Amino acid sequence: MAYLQTQNLSVGYTERPLIRDICLSVERGQILTLIGPNGAGKSTILKTLTRQLQKLGGVITLDGQDLHRLPPQSLARQLSVVLTGRIHPELMTCQEVVATGRYPYTGLMGRLTESDRCIVRDALEQVHGLELASRQFDTLSDGQRQRVLLARALCQQPQVMVLDEPTAYLDIRYKIELLNLLRQLARERGIAVVMSLHEIDLAAKVSDTLVCVKGETIERLGTPEEILTGDAVGALYDISRGSYDLLMGSVELEKPSGEAKIFVVGGAGYGIPCYRVLQKHGVAFSAGILMENDLEVEVAKALTQPQNLILSPAFEPISRESYQAAASLVSRSEGIIDAGTPVGSWNRCNQELLALAVAKKIPVFAGWRQWMYSGLKNIVK
Amino acid sequence: MGKKSLSTFPSASQEMPQKLWRFWIVMAGLTLMLLWGVVLGVNMGSVSIGAGQVFSLIGQALRLWIQNLLPGGDPQPLQQLLASSTESRILFSIRLPRILLSAVLGGALSVSGLLLQTFFQNPIAGPFVLGISSGAKLVVGITLIFLSGYLPVISSGILMLSSFAGSLLIMAVVLLFSQRVRSMSVLLVIGIMVGYICSAVTDFSITFASEHEIVNLTSWSMGSFSGANWQNLSFSAGICLAGFIGALLLHKPMTAYALGEEYARSLGVPIKAFRAALILLSSLLSACVTAFAGPISFVGIAVPHITRSLLKTSRPLLVIPATFLCGAVFCLFCDLIARTIFAPTELAIGTVTSAFGAPVVIYMMLKRRSRQQLA
Repeated sequence: MAYLQTQNLSVGYTERPLIRDICLSVERGQILTLIGPNGAGKSTILKTLTRQLQKLGGVITLDGQDLHRLPPQSLARQLSVVLTGRIHPELMTCQEVVATGRYPYTGLMGRLTESDRCIVRDALEQVHGLELASRQFDTLSDGQRQRVLLARALCQQPQVMVLDEPTAYLDIRYKIELLNLLRQLARERGIAVVMSLHEIDLAAKVSDTLVCVKGETIERLGTPEEILTGDAVGALYDISRGSYDLLMGSVELEKPSGEAKIFVVGGAGYGIPCYRVLQKHGVAFSAGILMENDLEVEVAKALTQPQNLILSPAFEPISRESYQAAASLVSRSEGIIDAGTPVGSWNRCNQELLALAVAKKIPVFAGWRQWMYSGLKNIVK
Repeated sequence: MGKKSLSTFPSASQEMPQKLWRFWIVMAGLTLMLLWGVVLGVNMGSVSIGAGQVFSLIGQALRLWIQNLLPGGDPQPLQQLLASSTESRILFSIRLPRILLSAVLGGALSVSGLLLQTFFQNPIAGPFVLGISSGAKLVVGITLIFLSGYLPVISSGILMLSSFAGSLLIMAVVLLFSQRVRSMSVLLVIGIMVGYICSAVTDFSITFASEHEIVNLTSWSMGSFSGANWQNLSFSAGICLAGFIGALLLHKPMTAYALGEEYARSLGVPIKAFRAALILLSSLLSACVTAFAGPISFVGIAVPHITRSLLKTSRPLLVIPATFLCGAVFCLFCDLIARTIFAPTELAIGTVTSAFGAPVVIYMMLKRRSRQQLA
């Protein structure tokens, strides 16, 4: 039996369950992450797991025992939390904030023994926060606060740690730092981590198990590799205007609509800035000829209509059929952008496309900058 | 990797002793001020009594009183001493009880404010701004008007009970609102409005009451320590001591509660019981003060704030006793000013505490507003 497990758990704020039939399990040393759109109920699940909310049905077991029957003190010794709301303790040093984590271990007078103090210091050290010990908590930056709150949770010496959106408010550097830290805690201290994250790309990289929360029940559950396939992210978050590339973890905005007026001759990533500039100006475009394994294929697919993208099989010279299709698109264009991709024996056709444009007196721009500064006023009226 | 730090940072509690130092210095300073205030208070007035005489009289009285407590003690010499001269009569039956009462009640009121601030997790909360004092006044007023027809003397116990009932009543109303209103500033406005409603009802009943029924109420609602005697001093001191010890016993969950309700619950604090204890203790203390001295404004907010700024910490274990002592000093000096500045006319104690307390509150609001933390 897993360390923390739920069976047919129902959660919600009122009598009516928000989410039903939740079956999760986390082993010690593992990270389970809830992903899903805003308001889907990720926090509600986490609040029920930490007994901040009463469950509406089902069972939660912690180390084989019913979580809702544990005495508060023994629950506090096994499970600690990092919450998403900001706290404003007045005139408290970080050391004092962290030391509140010793509450379940101290006596009536709350006296910290020498070993309690060592644990506090150890926790601060673990999050690289020793130098913050005597700083006032409310003078810290968001990244520092989150580290101190993590140290506080650590100080409770938990077997399970529950974090509600621990990366909110953090910049990318602190996000990476925090997730590294969580992975390390799971590995070195055997802590089971349950959290919610907004960043799917980061969630995939840090978690052992992903749980998609959407609608009345858990939509899907599994390893990141099982969950994040195809357009899983688009479906989970209902992305219709724009796209999310799972492989690269990159986001593209909505593709421009209308008839393609510009043809981009790209490849090897040189075309990406051109596609994005055209998208920003709302200019529909066609692109080619790209090998199917070219690194810019996903971006091009996200930003052009399928019929306007000419692809050619990988690892061999561009076929004549592809060239013919591209040539017909080029002849219908009002401008060509040469992205500057180096030409080799396999993509020699692209040079022919440029020559064709010159022959037909279609303006050819060297790179997106030239198009933007000289060609834009001719194209966009 | 965590283990290495233990040797590189030998002193785990580097900063704790420093804070304790500060605490003891503040406590010593406040104690000295309290003693100074007692001497000054006894000394000043229409009949001035020299400091030397004050010390010798108090010393003698203490010695006799202690002898009295021992088996076979004789109460006679103490009674004789107390009545021996005009000075000693003024000293022992008027000034000393009044000074001690103002100190005890000032301390109690401040701790009551501190508990309320912990409850609402906002330093602007206090028994007066939340309308609780006005509620106490309302019930005391009604009690006085109704009972004075049947009883020749209204005992302090009855005053105490009705004041406690009034405090709890308004506390319950404010709590009901606080369930629905998350914003503290809205809650404060509601508290002030509730206070006005209570005052309106009080004024209404006074309008239709006869003169002799409300003579007590008028002097009571002015707020004053002038009614002090040894009997109600020992009674209120007992209650305040109990409330103070109760507050000290709550210091551990109060520390955890400083991080907010959810963190406290996750640490195993029994939230409901803890919050109930906070409210009951706070009401008990403020009711005791209101019963004996009438509504006194701003002490409950200003003193805890001053104390925290002096201590530069909010650790409840240190702040609770320091707040009590600081409140005692504050009210003692305010009463001294109320009594002497326009002598023989005496000011209401609330007038003086407002004059000193309200600016502190305004300063706090401004400071907090700039940090975007109010509400």
